[in-house]
Amino acid sequence: MKILVCVSKTPDTTAKISFNGDSTAFNGAGVQFIMNPYDEWYALVRAIDLAKATGGSVTLINVGLAENDQIIRKGLALDANDAVRIDLDAKSAMGTAFQIAAYAKDKGFDVVFTGKETIDYNGSEVGAMIAEYMDLPFISYASKLDMTGNTATIERDIEGGIEVLEVATPFVVSASKGMAEQRIPNMMGIMKAKSKPLAVVAPQPFNDPSVVSYFELPPAKAGVKMLGADDMDELVRLLHEEAKVI
Amino acid sequence: MVLVFAESNKGNFKKAALEAVTYGTKVANMLGTKCSALTLGAVNNAEQLGQYGATAVYNVSGVSAFDSQVYTSIIADAAKQTGANVVIVANTAMGKALAGRIAVRLNAGLVSGANALPTVAGGFKVRKGVFSGKAIAEFTISSDIKVISLMGNALAPEITGGNVAVTPLSISAPASRVTVKAVKTAEGIVPLPEAELVVSAGRGMKDPSNWGIVEDLATTLGATTACSRPVADAHWRPHHEHVGQTGVAIRPNLYIAIGISGAIQHLAGVNNSRVIVVINKDPEAPFFKAADYGVVGDLFDVVPKLTEAVKTYRASH
Ligand SMILES: Cc1cc2nc3c(=O)[nH]c(=O)nc-3n(C[C@H](O)[C@H](O)[C@H](O)COP(=O)(O)OP(=O)(O)OC[C@H]3O[C@@H](n4cnc5c(N)ncnc54)[C@H](O)[C@@H]3O)c2cc1C
Ligand SMILES: Nc1ncnc2c1ncn2[C@@H]1O[C@H](COP(=O)(O)O)[C@@H](O)[C@H]1O
Repeated sequence: MKILVCVSKTPDTTAKISFNGDSTAFNGAGVQFIMNPYDEWYALVRAIDLAKATGGSVTLINVGLAENDQIIRKGLALDANDAVRIDLDAKSAMGTAFQIAAYAKDKGFDVVFTGKETIDYNGSEVGAMIAEYMDLPFISYASKLDMTGNTATIERDIEGGIEVLEVATPFVVSASKGMAEQRIPNMMGIMKAKSKPLAVVAPQPFNDPSVVSYFELPPAKAGVKMLGADDMDELVRLLHEEAKVI
Repeated sequence: MVLVFAESNKGNFKKAALEAVTYGTKVANMLGTKCSALTLGAVNNAEQLGQYGATAVYNVSGVSAFDSQVYTSIIADAAKQTGANVVIVANTAMGKALAGRIAVRLNAGLVSGANALPTVAGGFKVRKGVFSGKAIAEFTISSDIKVISLMGNALAPEITGGNVAVTPLSISAPASRVTVKAVKTAEGIVPLPEAELVVSAGRGMKDPSNWGIVEDLATTLGATTACSRPVADAHWRPHHEHVGQTGVAIRPNLYIAIGISGAIQHLAGVNNSRVIVVINKDPEAPFFKAADYGVVGDLFDVVPKLTEAVKTYRASH
């Protein structure tokens, strides 16, 4: 099986969020960047296991500038075979998806994996968009994926439960928790990753129809009102009369 | 024209669908146009969407199990037939699988998870939460057609009119390449993303056998139960109850957190709740900083007392 895994770079989950002077861009100074957890822990780990089981290969793809190579190398250390970076600071999810689809279109991938969402923009957009550009089925929020021949049996998260479905390759799937277990690269993987191929590809022209024009921090909370363990009648009164939620 | 895809489940509209029609109606009013609603497959009482402001309600029959490719094709065709320049879906599991596809199909800019009405002075601008609720971003959409997926609980459904007769639309759908084998959902409870009241518990519960007091409180309030990630990872509670950055993101009116420390990744999924109550024995627990009401105490003492207080209050109101 030939698998493509889309990996993105995001600020660490505990990073302090701030913006540049005119609030039009994220301020990355002093921020630790990581591979998006859904891409690394779930999509990539499952893809690697599937490729091993079927004698296939895993290619990583990232749309971004050279600073992302460090994250791509980590993916290679986890045992992906090779990687492609589209050399573009993408301005939108659609721009990202367009570039990935333009690259993947004629390469014969059986499965394209994305993560459920990037933890910075929380868009959950790129996977569906790649699928539409490539005219492929898209299965979102998959928490389990098994292959029999070229048919996948997938469980996907829906409100309050799961849906079980079957789909034949090729398809695009986004991975959520449950798909695989987090794995840490070993020394051998890290050594081998240094010499694995990482191709840098020029982007295709694209006009982004939806871009961020302004960022803002949410208003601060008014402060917590503390109650004693024996004041539960008072808490219920406040929830009813002051907060008006019950 | 604004076109809203009104999602249904087993023939009944989800609350998210009514919110989306209400939102679509407000967007149409801003733009000086009308809002129509699109329903797919067999739907009970589709006429009611008129009450939420739709001036036309369309139905495409013969559509069954969800497949993002088939639904996208139908919704995009309906958008073309009705001359829609704004297409709205709810930001549900289904809506999230559709929004990006529809946008690509229609060559349209997308904002997913919008939490407020657009503004139209000096460009079409839509706001949404980013960085797991730690910031707000304003997007500008420059294409002729705009696609928006609306975050749940961003506004309440509003009844403004009466029923509208359903008009059948004839649209042929491509064959599905996906076969749905089974749908397994817990019956009789409001799913977390739609819940207005949520009672959530964490590792402070010590053992899964202690969850009775959490369930009692939830049942008394009519709330849905949730949990922190370690609790789901240890299989103390089902996976779909896990809220936070790597679980479900929710925005109920009331979130009661019991024995949860309030780690940043947990807060990421719940900090959009309107009111947060924290019950924790540690006065230094970080969750108190994000709370509206806090109770420092032993949950095994506090939670049953809170349940009793809710019962007393319910009996007298
Ligand atoms: C990338 C990443 C993603 C993550 N995603 C998520 C996520 O989506 N959701 C999530 O929840 N976590 C997530 N986590 C884990 C998160 O960092 C915390 O470890 C987790 O939320 C802690 O769960 P907890 O509050 O239940 O447990 P603890 O942190 O152990 O807190 C238990 C709390 O219970 C209190 N307590 C104990 N006994 C009592 C008692 N008798 N009465 C009252 N209070 C009591 C304690 O004071 C303590 O505050 C993520 C972590 C990472 C690194
Ligand atoms: N710049 C990027 N390069 C490669 N893949 C990406 C990029 N941005 C997002 N993705 C993929 O798309 C998924 C969903 O992203 P998003 O739509 O931004 O939530 C991520 O989990 C990644 O798998």
